[in-house]
Amino acid sequence: MTTVTELHAGFADKVLSAQSTFRSVMDAMTRPGSVQRVTAAAGTPAGMMRGAAAIALTLFDHDTPIWLDAAMSATPDVAKWLNFHASAPVVAVSSIASFALVGDAKNLPALDRFAFGSNEYPDRSTTLILQVESLTQGPTFEMRGPGIDGTTLLQATLQPRDLFQRLTINEALFPRGIDVVLVHDDLIVAIPRTTRLVASGA
Amino acid sequence: MNAPAYNFAYLDEQTKRMIRRAILKAIAIPGYQVPFASREMPMPYGWGTGGVQVTAAILGPQDVLKVIDQGSDDTTNAISIRKFFGKTAGVATTTATSDATVIQTRHRIPEAPLHAGQVLVYQVPIPEPLRFLEPRETETRRMHALGEYGLMHVKLYEDIARFGHIATSYAYPVKVNARYVMDPSPTPKFDNPKMDNCPALQLFGAGREKRIYAIPPHTHVVSLDFEDHPFTRYRFDAPCALCGAGDSYLDEIVTDDKGGRMFVCSDTDYCESRQLIGHRGSESAAPHEERTHG
Repeated sequence: MTTVTELHAGFADKVLSAQSTFRSVMDAMTRPGSVQRVTAAAGTPAGMMRGAAAIALTLFDHDTPIWLDAAMSATPDVAKWLNFHASAPVVAVSSIASFALVGDAKNLPALDRFAFGSNEYPDRSTTLILQVESLTQGPTFEMRGPGIDGTTLLQATLQPRDLFQRLTINEALFPRGIDVVLVHDDLIVAIPRTTRLVASGA
Repeated sequence: MNAPAYNFAYLDEQTKRMIRRAILKAIAIPGYQVPFASREMPMPYGWGTGGVQVTAAILGPQDVLKVIDQGSDDTTNAISIRKFFGKTAGVATTTATSDATVIQTRHRIPEAPLHAGQVLVYQVPIPEPLRFLEPRETETRRMHALGEYGLMHVKLYEDIARFGHIATSYAYPVKVNARYVMDPSPTPKFDNPKMDNCPALQLFGAGREKRIYAIPPHTHVVSLDFEDHPFTRYRFDAPCALCGAGDSYLDEIVTDDKGGRMFVCSDTDYCESRQLIGHRGSESAAPHEERTHG
């Protein structure tokens, strides 16, 4: 039986760590494609990167059903940690989740398995938090959209490789759609539903 | 007894999380009004409870806060909100637009250009631009869902039919990112062009109506108009009586009961910083000199 003492820690300073993490996420969402750093330190259960753990402690609570992919739910660590620190319910059905934590983004399910929101309430959608291989090295992605002055370049090694192809559904669905936060270690990049890929290269 | 200990920036953490999630959704869907569970604040509705909640949710110890009310840093509303956050969050406050990282505003956008990294938080009384045309929330929500904004154009057309021009002078409706029609809060339409392609993030909080919406930086914001009646700004045709500015939005100040009046910048920081570098208007007093006492 796991006791509470064996759990990984949450934020040391709940209030200011959550605030600084939120500002990083807000800056990322405000300037899609820009790489932001999460500075607040928290314990990380097995399989969870620092950035993903900090985002979870900042945004999850009893109001937000969480869906975990196979990698995140391989051990009960993540679910227990989320339950203890955030009281967030972990759900098996991805289409009702507020957030989806994806540890192994290569096997990301089809996007239509998640909530897109409705035309009346497009905010009732799932936000994907994808842990990826790199947000500083790899192919370049040129993006445009609200928050971007002209176009911006992101160099990243993304999983799944066809992520942007899959996200083109956001264009047809808008205002419904999926917002994505990419995480690598303590770096994050947001791709809200309004961001469009202009070009990509090696 | 100790003084009551409030959480940092007054709001409890669960409320902040809920507001933060709403802000992220608002940024992702520019112009869409995200419902949120607005709390009661220690000030009455109409004093900026929506803006205060948004500011409380984003504010950190490193932020520098500026609060303006109708452009002025010195009115009751602006001072009390500035003191509120000085007390509950211990943040630095300023009146200089360029020094602030977070600017909470009621009914104006500062004259000085905003820069990247700044956040402009608007206090919004009625967030729904269609509300006076269609009182039912179910209907306005469907109109937004379908992008059906014909009614708003009819309203602007009726202005032209009745007055010969679009007579809407404040809360002038805009279309954000070619999708949502949005109420810019009761800013004068003079300020509308500043929202377009603005490098700062713009957040809107309506406390009583429980809505948060946003315009990310560098987003197209177009004031609704007609080809033959294009959108025009409006300002009094006069220079500021204190700083001589010919490009700022002016307040009309009645100075006596014989019809005397003067026009001064509504943005006090803009006006004062112009006077500091030597600009003078027709009503300027001699430069103020500090008097030494004793």
